[in-house]
Amino acid sequence: MTTETLEPPSLAEPTNKRGFNVRTLSLVGLLVVIAVTFHFLSGGLFLSARNLYNLVVQTSVVAILACGMTLVIVTRNIDLSVGSVLGCVGMVIALLQIEIFPQDAAWNWPLTVAIGIGLGALIGAWHGVWIAYFGVPSFVVTLGGLLIFRGAAFEVAQGKTLAPFDPVYRLFGGGIDGALGVGPSWALFAIIMVLYGLGEVLVHRRQMRLGFDSTVRTKLLRFLAVFVVAAAFVATMNSYMKPRSDIGRGIPVPALVLLSVVLFMEFVTRFTTFGRYIFAIGGNIEAARLNGIPTRRTVLKVFIAMGVLCAIAAVVTTARLNAGTSSTGELLELSAIAAAVIGGASLSGGRGTIAGAVVGALIIQSLESGMVLIGASSSQRMVAIGLVLMVAVLADKYLSGEE
Amino acid sequence: MKPLIEMRGVSKAFGGVHAVEDVDVDLYPGEVVAVLGHNGAGKSTLMKMLAGAYRRDTGTVLVDGNPAELSSPAEAFDLGIETIHQTLALADNLDASANLFLGREIAWRVGPFKIMDSAQMRDHAAKVINQLNPRFTNLNTPCRDLSGGQRQTIAIARAIHFEARVLIMDEPTAALGPHETAMVGELIRELKAKGIGIFLISHDMHDVFDLADRLVVMKNGQVVGSAKKDDVTQDEVLGMIILGKCPPNAEPGPGARVSQ
Ligand SMILES: Nc1ncnc2c1ncn2[C@@H]1O[C@H](COP(=O)(O)OP(=O)(O)OP(=O)(O)O)[C@@H](O)[C@H]1O
Ligand SMILES: [Mg+2]
Repeated sequence: MTTETLEPPSLAEPTNKRGFNVRTLSLVGLLVVIAVTFHFLSGGLFLSARNLYNLVVQTSVVAILACGMTLVIVTRNIDLSVGSVLGCVGMVIALLQIEIFPQDAAWNWPLTVAIGIGLGALIGAWHGVWIAYFGVPSFVVTLGGLLIFRGAAFEVAQGKTLAPFDPVYRLFGGGIDGALGVGPSWALFAIIMVLYGLGEVLVHRRQMRLGFDSTVRTKLLRFLAVFVVAAAFVATMNSYMKPRSDIGRGIPVPALVLLSVVLFMEFVTRFTTFGRYIFAIGGNIEAARLNGIPTRRTVLKVFIAMGVLCAIAAVVTTARLNAGTSSTGELLELSAIAAAVIGGASLSGGRGTIAGAVVGALIIQSLESGMVLIGASSSQRMVAIGLVLMVAVLADKYLSGEE
Repeated sequence: MKPLIEMRGVSKAFGGVHAVEDVDVDLYPGEVVAVLGHNGAGKSTLMKMLAGAYRRDTGTVLVDGNPAELSSPAEAFDLGIETIHQTLALADNLDASANLFLGREIAWRVGPFKIMDSAQMRDHAAKVINQLNPRFTNLNTPCRDLSGGQRQTIAIARAIHFEARVLIMDEPTAALGPHETAMVGELIRELKAKGIGIFLISHDMHDVFDLADRLVVMKNGQVVGSAKKDDVTQDEVLGMIILGKCPPNAEPGPGARVSQ
């Protein structure tokens, strides 16, 4: 009956007809090229367990932000403030945890995390109200936010560096103990593979019922590919040993945080009316309004989500650095936007995927880390990433057949 | 018989432009009222106030004799007022079924979220769309890749599915081929027979005389006059639209040109 799609737009991303698969595959191809190239250029350092572990930890922060940025971009907005918001929330957490609350109290770090997330939501709501209710363009509002919250990050502790954090809190950063361990990592792998397999079967049955051309072979291939990649990932993380020991680390905690964020965001964008409204607003905000969609409230909620994700990323970042500094997160907004856009989010709205954003973050961070390994300066890295961003968008334009 | 809709002294201005000025219109069950006028006469603006898309500046609207605020599209939907907008109100990145149920998805609430039942929505969409146009089968294609007529079909299907009591059709056949236009004509007769009241906006005089029971002509935001279809000729109606001249058999409105 219908031909072109493997993925039903109404079940997956409600977009582009050649879809998700082509785009994601070409991004994965690009990633492989980057990895292999840097592996040789760096004399075998890039694909070492140590580098990959660190790459995963660094990618987690950018990817968490890129997930939120994708939603923002899909609604045809932008958020330039995420790096500053991350820095500000991180400083508030640091101040409370290290200087205000008693250091040895068990409730200290959980409470500071909760306050940080609340603060992130509040900052997101602040931006959202200006954008959705006062009608000020998001570019302007969040440019203001970029300045305001970087300034606020300084004011929180007068530019002091605050350290150290609670040892348990530091696990969020994926440091020496901040990983799942070998056994639990394999267990998590097994659980996820079983759930994923079951999910694919369910989706397949549903697609058959809906009259999609859904071949078992492509599904099986995809499952196998995910299985192999995930297994390789877990094996690699397990083979990175703690210092001076033969105890493998396993999946780093930041990756677990990212995994939770991704699963939740995938659920929201694919299956909920809120996700549908986000895409509808990006596709045609006037149509959304005429059909009774609460457009302003939806945009407000998207910015609140973005603020919460900034706070989550702030926890991971400060825990990793084991210090709060007022410059934490500088320029991260650009990485997050680049990741979302490389991952297929369209700045003209209505198109983007969470999975794409994660792969985009991985690409950005691989470039960054690969260039560090071959000794490129930070100025050279900026030039390279800028070029990659432009080329990625150009390639995407042709892939999706847009005019 | 009690009117479904009574609009009294309704006005709307955009900045200095009086898009709609002091308009009175009624609609009875099972009646098709054609709203006519040149481009920019205020037809769409009037209908959007009834659809809850614009808030009126002044005037009252009674639905089934009860005053209605009509402050949002959702409120209009609740009162059984469905609209096929001139712009169709489709999100181009979504497919037919997503657009048909846009804003009114079949979903079950789980905590703060509403989880959509895509399968059921698609079944319903397929049924209604098939009824309107059996050749329209690419239900999974984003609207941007559909033809103008197919897009219009989705907008019409939306109004049918939600079982309007009052249906506003703002140039519903503008993009349709002759066969599809005939189907819409057939549909209007069917709905009329079910007692649904219809506002039909069209520039096609032939369609209007074929389908409408009554006509209301607007010019520069005001009503020139209204008449039963059988009481006026096409030429007289053209005179109302172009010159604002109200013929003797029509009931003049505030916008009628005072005869010399
Ligand atoms: N959102 C708006 N903002 C400002 N002016 C508007 C708006 N909508 C309509 N107008 C103005 O109101 C007047 C009436 O417009 P309207 O769309 O109601 O005309 P119409 O009778 O539907 O015309 P057409 O036959 O071209 O569809 C026009 O002068 C138009 O410029
Ligand atoms: Mg109009």
